[in-house]
Amino acid sequence: MTHPLDYLPSAKEVGTYDPDTLTNNFSDLHPPLTQRQAMIESQRCLYCFDAPCVEACPSDIDIPSFIRQISENNINGAAETILEANILGGSCARVCPTEILCERSCVRNHDAECQPVLIGLLQRHATDHMHFEQHPFKRAASTGRHIAVVGAGPAGLSCAHRLAMLGHQVTIFEAEQKPGGLNEYGIARYKMTDDFARKEVAFLLEIGGINIQYGQRLGDNLELATLRQKYDSVFLGLGLGTSRALGLTGEDAPGLMPAVDYIKTLRQTDDLGILPVAKRCIVIGAGNTAIDMATQMARLGATEVTLVYRRGVEAMPATHHEQEIAKTNGVRMITWAQPDEILLDSQGHVAGMRFAKTHEQAGRLAPTGETFEVAADAIFKAIGQGFDSASLRDPTAAQLARDGERIQVDEMLRTSLPDVYAGGDCIKPGQDLTVQAVQHGKLAAHAIHQALAAKQEAA
Amino acid sequence: MNTLPFTPPGKKNSGDSVVNGVDLSVNFAGIKAPNPFWLASAPPTDKAYNVVRAYEAGWGGVVWKTLGEEPPAVNVSSRYSAHYGKNREVIGFNNIELITDRSLEVNLQEITQVKKDWPDRALIVSIMVPCVEEAWAYILPLVEATGADGIELNLGCPHGMPERGMGAAVGQNPDLIEKVTYWCKKHYSKPVIVKLTPNITDIRVGAQAALRGGADAVSLINTINSITSIDLDNMVAKPTVGHQSTHGGYCGSAVKPIALNMVAEIARDPATPTLPISGIGGIATWRDAAEFIALGAGSVQVCTAAMLNGFRIVEEMKDGLSRWMAEKGYDSIDAFSRKAVPQTTDWKHLDINFKTIAHIDQDLCIECGRCYIACEDTSHQSIAKLTEEGARRYEVIEEECVGCNLCQITCPVENCITMVPQETGKPFLAWDNDPRNPFRVAS
Ligand SMILES: Cc1cc2nc3c(=O)[nH]c(=O)nc-3n(C[C@H](O)[C@H](O)[C@H](O)COP(=O)(O)OP(=O)(O)OC[C@H]3O[C@@H](n4cnc5c(N)ncnc54)[C@H](O)[C@@H]3O)c2cc1C
Ligand SMILES: Cc1cc2nc3c(=O)[nH]c(=O)nc-3n(C[C@H](O)[C@H](O)[C@H](O)COP(=O)(O)O)c2cc1C
Ligand code: SF4
Ligand code: SF4
Ligand code: SF4
Repeated sequence: MTHPLDYLPSAKEVGTYDPDTLTNNFSDLHPPLTQRQAMIESQRCLYCFDAPCVEACPSDIDIPSFIRQISENNINGAAETILEANILGGSCARVCPTEILCERSCVRNHDAECQPVLIGLLQRHATDHMHFEQHPFKRAASTGRHIAVVGAGPAGLSCAHRLAMLGHQVTIFEAEQKPGGLNEYGIARYKMTDDFARKEVAFLLEIGGINIQYGQRLGDNLELATLRQKYDSVFLGLGLGTSRALGLTGEDAPGLMPAVDYIKTLRQTDDLGILPVAKRCIVIGAGNTAIDMATQMARLGATEVTLVYRRGVEAMPATHHEQEIAKTNGVRMITWAQPDEILLDSQGHVAGMRFAKTHEQAGRLAPTGETFEVAADAIFKAIGQGFDSASLRDPTAAQLARDGERIQVDEMLRTSLPDVYAGGDCIKPGQDLTVQAVQHGKLAAHAIHQALAAKQEAA
Repeated sequence: MNTLPFTPPGKKNSGDSVVNGVDLSVNFAGIKAPNPFWLASAPPTDKAYNVVRAYEAGWGGVVWKTLGEEPPAVNVSSRYSAHYGKNREVIGFNNIELITDRSLEVNLQEITQVKKDWPDRALIVSIMVPCVEEAWAYILPLVEATGADGIELNLGCPHGMPERGMGAAVGQNPDLIEKVTYWCKKHYSKPVIVKLTPNITDIRVGAQAALRGGADAVSLINTINSITSIDLDNMVAKPTVGHQSTHGGYCGSAVKPIALNMVAEIARDPATPTLPISGIGGIATWRDAAEFIALGAGSVQVCTAAMLNGFRIVEEMKDGLSRWMAEKGYDSIDAFSRKAVPQTTDWKHLDINFKTIAHIDQDLCIECGRCYIACEDTSHQSIAKLTEEGARRYEVIEEECVGCNLCQITCPVENCITMVPQETGKPFLAWDNDPRNPFRVAS
């Protein structure tokens, strides 16, 4: 996947390569709490009533309850409280931007302490240390219904698990050869280390009743009409498959590639040392993907990493906390500038980029007329993921109502086609957060269950 | 988009006696409840509104706030105070409230209705009326008519009521306990629980008196006489009523060790070996409850923890207790009730030849020196302070260590100091039989 950069030196060849440092650079960004730290932290929780942190958690985890369980040394109980609401609670504990979710709402921010309870790390403590002889959730009696889920990302997996719990049979159709979606291929390596994503999926599947078929791509070797015919309901958890283009000439030049493609390889490799590294590189965008890319490049050994964003710092989609991570890793940030031209060397490789300075005029972004150049061996674009319309190419899928590019759903996560539901990043409004995708999957499962039950009653 | 237009069914069912596959139900002196977690007679059980909320939250039973003679008691304003820890956590709780301040008629009506609506939960009525038979003969048929499962005699309120010849005054007099219990058995057909006051010298005397009177069970402890703190600027204790104060009744975490001992005393008293005990005092977690049950309680009652956190704590209590039981293979509350009683004995029966000594795990030690100074100043000078190339190091002088546990208690690091039992090669020898004991009994 990194072939556009294959002519660049590998991580082993740049700078002062040291395998241990490299491994370290990609180990846990926030190390887990020790037993004692978890105990002290759990006792900081006030066990608030109608807790604001719960309201802020997109997956409705009963936070005060699981923290009290930790403080009572009931780790399995704590884990079950978490997983009951969010079966991917282990990955959410690692990837949730807690600084804008639960922890931002924690009442401990207010008083003299000015510091929230470390909810994410406590959630991780419980899910890391749980130990069940058998899967903690039981399946209800079989309903005889069979549901198709397309996409084995957080949305699809969460939906499948809840459906299985409610007594349905589930088949997941996944385009890739591995489950997990962006948990497997997209999340920064230092946020979710080792093979956690895979282990979590294996745990989730222990409930039984879920079958995953790999290499099955809707819009390619799979049609929505067939799925609707063969299954009682269909859930679409397709995510966002394509990276937005810059719209400049030379976008296919060696040295320029989508950040997500590079991250995908970075997450999968067994040997970080063989990854191509651009000593000087540019990342375009200011979302979490851009920050992840810039930070990971710096940690691989790049010496000059420049992140360029067309607006000001305040407008950056990445949270303040994420921006700080990038800065700590020596990432330079340039704001109010947008790509103008890709600069190439005599061999046609990327040599840098010319940027047009921008400003806001009457509420609209406009070039000031000034330009500047940044030399670089590679450019990564991270200006957002788009919905891959190819997935909805077949005649039935093409009928799905859309809201912009994404799939339109109602409050029950129903699409415009009967018995077809959707959730996660591929719907509007998606928040592009793992935890939101998990919640959509869970809620859609309940909506499907209720609709099927109603049908049964009517029949 | 976090909510559906309908509520997905949750797994929690408050009335289920089976939690995590474990049956938590109890039959306490003939009173059945889906779990052993009951609310003690106090403000949380003052009226139907609270009690219904408690049942909805999953409590297995409640003891209704103590009923008395008409006219109802009158309370002062400013009623509670607390003994705080360094982080403002409430260690102990103090109150100067009286029994119910609502009319008997309203209480009886509400009790009747609640029992009708919640037949599967235990509902026990706490009563305190003057120490004359007519008073009991009058109120008991009224309580019996409510359909409640049993009564609890409040003979232990440490403030306010004793001044009227009720409560602790009765609870401190074994003859009166026996007499009142006897009247209750005479005028009431269902189980009678006698609630004991801890404000006495020997708790067993009260339990024995209750048994003699025909009690079906005892419950303990009620609150302990207390003053939590003094406002040093105004030279008055808390809670302050105007410019004065009075002693109150102490409860909450701080009283748990006292209550546990009193429960154990009764459980292992040969005079009351099978008398059912409802354990009360400082119970806030599943573990506290498990400890009371292991020492002889057949059900537990909670007041302060619910008052500080709300009724929902019962969820974590039931979850924690049932998981622990499953892990240990206990399939019912009875299966581990009283399990720690045989190992609780008098000092004189302990093995005088047993020897344990402290061991410091040098990898865990953070070199704070607390163990050293504790042992050096106040114990047996058994920890050596060494300075090795500028590094601090603390080592146990094994020959000197008497195994008092002080260093382990003061060490801030969990599991850093462990007490290691030693192989002495000596046989079990109780002090009763020790040749060094001038009053020894020949073995
Ligand atoms: C680089 C990057 C970093 C991120 N970091 C964070 C973070 O730190 N914290 C956070 O909360 N969120 C983060 N996100 C967002 C988060 O990963 C997503 O919101 C989440 O994964 C969405 O889940 P999903 O199931 O909707 O989609 P996905 O995870 O994208 O899963 C979709 C699945 O469907 C499959 N699929 C797609 N099309 C088809 C088809 N036609 N037929 C069959 N299968 C198909 C895909 O292969 C994939 O397995 C990040 C995203 C990116 C790109
Ligand atoms: C405010 C308050 C009022 C109480 N009122 C009564 C009462 O009316 N009758 C009674 O038997 N016990 C009463 N108690 C005592 C409790 O029932 C219980 O025995 C005691 O608080 C110990 O339990 P805890 O540590 O869980 O609070 C009261 C306690 C408090 C805090
Ligand atoms: S799922 Fe995420 S937002 Fe919710 S409590 Fe856990 S870390 Fe916080
Ligand atoms: S807001 Fe903070 S203190 Fe309150 S329950 Fe949530 S984590 Fe605990
Ligand atoms: S008290 Fe514990 S941590 Fe401190 S010096 Fe002693 S052994 Fe070490």
